[in-house]
Amino acid sequence: MPFCGRGVGRRGPPRPATARHGTRAAPLRATDVGPVSATTSGNAPKVCAPAGARAARAEAGGGAAFLKEFTARTKIKVNVKDYEGTGTALALLEQSRPGDWDVFVVDSTDVRRVVERKLLAELDPKDFPMADIPEAVRLPDYHVVGGRMYAVPEKFGYNAIAFDKSKLPADKARDITTLWNPAWKGKVAIYDYYLPVIGQIAVALGRKPQSLTAADLPAIREKLVAMRANAALVGDVTTSQTALATGQVAVVAGGGEYSVAGLQAEKPNLDWVLPDVGGIRWQQAIGVFAASKKRKAATAFLQYVLSPDGQAKLATSSCYWGMPANARATLADRQKKTLRWDEQPKFLARSHPYPSPSEALDKAMQDLWADVLQK
Amino acid sequence: MSASRAAAVDGIAAWSAEQRGARRDAGRGLALAAPAALWTIAFFLLPAGTIVLWSLFRLEGPELLTEPSLDNYRRFLETDSFRLSVWHSLEVTLLVTALSVLLAYPLAWVIASRIAPARQRLWLMLAVLPFWTSYVVRSYAWLLVLAPAGVVNRTLLALGMIDEPLALSFSLGATVTGFVHFFVMLCTLTIYASLVRIDPRLRLAAADLGASARQTFVRVTLPLSMPGVAAGAFLTFVICIGDYVTPQILGGNTRLLLPQVILLQINRRADLPMAAALSVVLLVLVTAAYLALARWLTARRS
Repeated sequence: MPFCGRGVGRRGPPRPATARHGTRAAPLRATDVGPVSATTSGNAPKVCAPAGARAARAEAGGGAAFLKEFTARTKIKVNVKDYEGTGTALALLEQSRPGDWDVFVVDSTDVRRVVERKLLAELDPKDFPMADIPEAVRLPDYHVVGGRMYAVPEKFGYNAIAFDKSKLPADKARDITTLWNPAWKGKVAIYDYYLPVIGQIAVALGRKPQSLTAADLPAIREKLVAMRANAALVGDVTTSQTALATGQVAVVAGGGEYSVAGLQAEKPNLDWVLPDVGGIRWQQAIGVFAASKKRKAATAFLQYVLSPDGQAKLATSSCYWGMPANARATLADRQKKTLRWDEQPKFLARSHPYPSPSEALDKAMQDLWADVLQK
Repeated sequence: MSASRAAAVDGIAAWSAEQRGARRDAGRGLALAAPAALWTIAFFLLPAGTIVLWSLFRLEGPELLTEPSLDNYRRFLETDSFRLSVWHSLEVTLLVTALSVLLAYPLAWVIASRIAPARQRLWLMLAVLPFWTSYVVRSYAWLLVLAPAGVVNRTLLALGMIDEPLALSFSLGATVTGFVHFFVMLCTLTIYASLVRIDPRLRLAAADLGASARQTFVRVTLPLSMPGVAAGAFLTFVICIGDYVTPQILGGNTRLLLPQVILLQINRRADLPMAAALSVVLLVLVTAAYLALARWLTARRS
């Protein structure tokens, strides 16, 4: 069964990263998981997942625990293809034949775009443990279009602040102004994806990321320029993670559990936190392609992904960690501590999903981002 | 009369045979050239034509408008970040090309003229050893070498030459270093190939005629090795200006190069027409470099 999810990429929610010493992976961002493809014996489903979803690919391709167990239970083999951003995934899908892909892991913020292209099949909420998904994570505004549900939340986390405790006190990390405070010049890395970074600045300015308009961009630009002036680099997950792990920077704007949780065993000085002012939440959703010829197998895969066991494995995948969408995920206490499980109600209340701009505003945001980076 | 007639008939027969031969040769030439021509059409002309065609389309919201227009090129000219990316790409590429050739030439010259022929292959293999590792791995390795706690900074600190680590990574210098490390190997191979093809008797003749070692190098060796220099420089230019990985990893986005801006159009918004227009700009730059070097090479050969 082919499954399409976001892979490791330059843009999009946490993309997988490699840690300093080897293959420890990086975070997956909300926009990262793409298509995945899986296969039963002779009838494998394919999954398309975002680059962030490189975790999924590693697990699928490498036969890691997450997909191995599904295959053992169902005799269905999953083939995964990861991608860098939703735009890349859409281009990939346009070049594929209908039915080539079965499952799509995509940023929640882009589900509507995909539905408008008639790519996703309607899902029956009764097939999934919706009651076990925290209300804030369900995001019906993103996953339900025209009264029909097309995707289920799969994993989430925060594009918040990742920091080195030995260099930056925790109270400074919680203070969003640290990012543009000249005292930290050269010690800041910015995650290279304009949606969460612009969204975070909007939150700092007291705006709701979902309600941004072109009129908000000049004020956002001013803060972005100040943050950029403080930054040693603007990098993808791997690069910003490497900069933090090697001591080049003390803080990563847009970083989160995805960028440090997998490293904490080796680097206990690395931590993450949501700023006091609030922050941005990445969310990935999973759905079934409308043209899938293996809908039954695809739905079974979604059910496995949403199951407590599947969620625990997905949340702590070697590629990058993130919060499971299912609150009943069977995580160990140590894992919950790393994910700041007890603080989740507070974090969920203070965080916003990615902005979901119109095409025109999205273009303006991208131009703003390129312009600030370039100068 | 009959003799002249016979001669005329013979002439016509000979002419016909010649024509048939010419047609056969032409047919054989066509058959021999066909694979290469088809290859070029399939893997260069068609893709390049498709890119040019797409660059004339437009993305309006989620809709692709296929009515040809020059809007994307107009946007390119009007947008600072696009124009700056071309300038930054040229700046990095020309710097990398110059440094790579300057560093590769002495290395190639030493291998070609100061190492015994039997050992030259070993030296060449050692020179290209870094090619054996992945491009991405090599870039990340440089990131660690240039980090505050990396080899370079630790050495400088230990020698007392600096008091605190220098910010070497995530900079233009880091990008150029990563590129040059790669392209020196490439240029070494092309320059070496040119140097070993030079007839040693030419240098001896120059010496016999009273040329000093410097004069022999400047007036004989260097001009005759220029095809290798130009080939290395061109390959460096083409690969460097289109590379995305090295500036992305080592440059820290301190400045965006053209390939990075192209990818930015695709990653999230899937603006393939704008990406195609920027790719055409890239193609024009590469073509200009080729034309410049091709003219120069032709002149040298003649």
